[in-house]
Amino acid sequence: MSKQEGTPARNTKVMNRFDLTSRLVAKLKNEEAVIGGIGNTNFDLWAAGHRPQNFYMLGSMGLAFPIALGVALAQPKRRVFALEGDGSLLMQLGCLSTIATLKPKNLSMIVMDNGIYQITGAQPTPAAAVSDLIAVAIGCGLTNSAWAADEEDFERLVDQSLTASEPMLIGVRIDDKPGTGTTRRDPVQIRERFMLGLGVREAL
Amino acid sequence: MAAADEQTSQMALGGRAWHEVVLQTLKRNDIRLVPYVPDRVLTTLIKDIHADPFFTTFPTAREEEAVGIVSGAWMGGLRGAVLMQTSGFATLANVLASLAIPYQIPLIMFVSERGTLGEFNYGQSLVCRTMRPVLDSLAMEHHTATRLDEFEFIVDRSIKQALTTQAPVALILSPLLTGGKVFDK
Repeated sequence: MSKQEGTPARNTKVMNRFDLTSRLVAKLKNEEAVIGGIGNTNFDLWAAGHRPQNFYMLGSMGLAFPIALGVALAQPKRRVFALEGDGSLLMQLGCLSTIATLKPKNLSMIVMDNGIYQITGAQPTPAAAVSDLIAVAIGCGLTNSAWAADEEDFERLVDQSLTASEPMLIGVRIDDKPGTGTTRRDPVQIRERFMLGLGVREAL
Repeated sequence: MAAADEQTSQMALGGRAWHEVVLQTLKRNDIRLVPYVPDRVLTTLIKDIHADPFFTTFPTAREEEAVGIVSGAWMGGLRGAVLMQTSGFATLANVLASLAIPYQIPLIMFVSERGTLGEFNYGQSLVCRTMRPVLDSLAMEHHTATRLDEFEFIVDRSIKQALTTQAPVALILSPLLTGGKVFDK
């Protein structure tokens, strides 16, 4: 909360992670892959309704975008979304440059920015009061990146990214609410079901 | 002795340089995606992989980023391997323990070994000592390649084992194989 007061003026509404995740999932009609970063980000992805093309991270903080990049390179005809928290992205800012260099046409990224490590007790991130993650992404070469002004604008940006010819990062400011559900922590099943969902495997 | 001299003597033994063995063995096992954080010893290998259209290869900012990329790619049906040096491996304990191993991902890593057999940087020699204890503490498969005559067998069998058992493997490239990096370079 204090972060939002202290952040440089930005014409962006404070939204809710679960609501935005549900809006995204409702738009996915073509078996798009979705990679959910650790913690609340994938808890809300799980709560929005499990899909066979969802992958949930249970660790490796910061790797949602790199994992999504790998999926996007492996399956260039499939749209891949990656959902990441601001604290997680701060762990792996370098991946924005890698993605900007490779320019996969089928990768869309969303950063859920509440300025806090909600899950560990809502401590502010080092970026909270001073850094603009979308400006960082643009500086890294992801020049189509943008903050969503409100829910309607978020949906417009998602629609735009679905047909975009280069990767973009969509920034959303979110509140300090915890995730809505809890992902079942079964990494082998998560991975195997994801591979089934991507058509890489057949069920035993 | 210059590393190039060792390289020449090894080539006289096996006919191919170690880096040619890596490139050809990756190809034979259909490993097409090769993200890396560079190392002096890996220079020729990286250059040759870039020059070969079979491969998709690029540098990453951190080694764990490369691990994430090949993990996602394998789940999507594209095989990969990561190239790095010893100090880069030292940054990977978390991603090995929370992604590669529990999700059963056949992560294939080539680690150019710094820190031993003529190291000139004390920090490198210290970080090198953490590598095998980390691998052993996670019960990970790893081999240290020292001889060119065994090298193709080790690389080929290790790749196949990683893929079929869905378990990560680290292939450590000893200065005995590569010549290493020496102070006068």
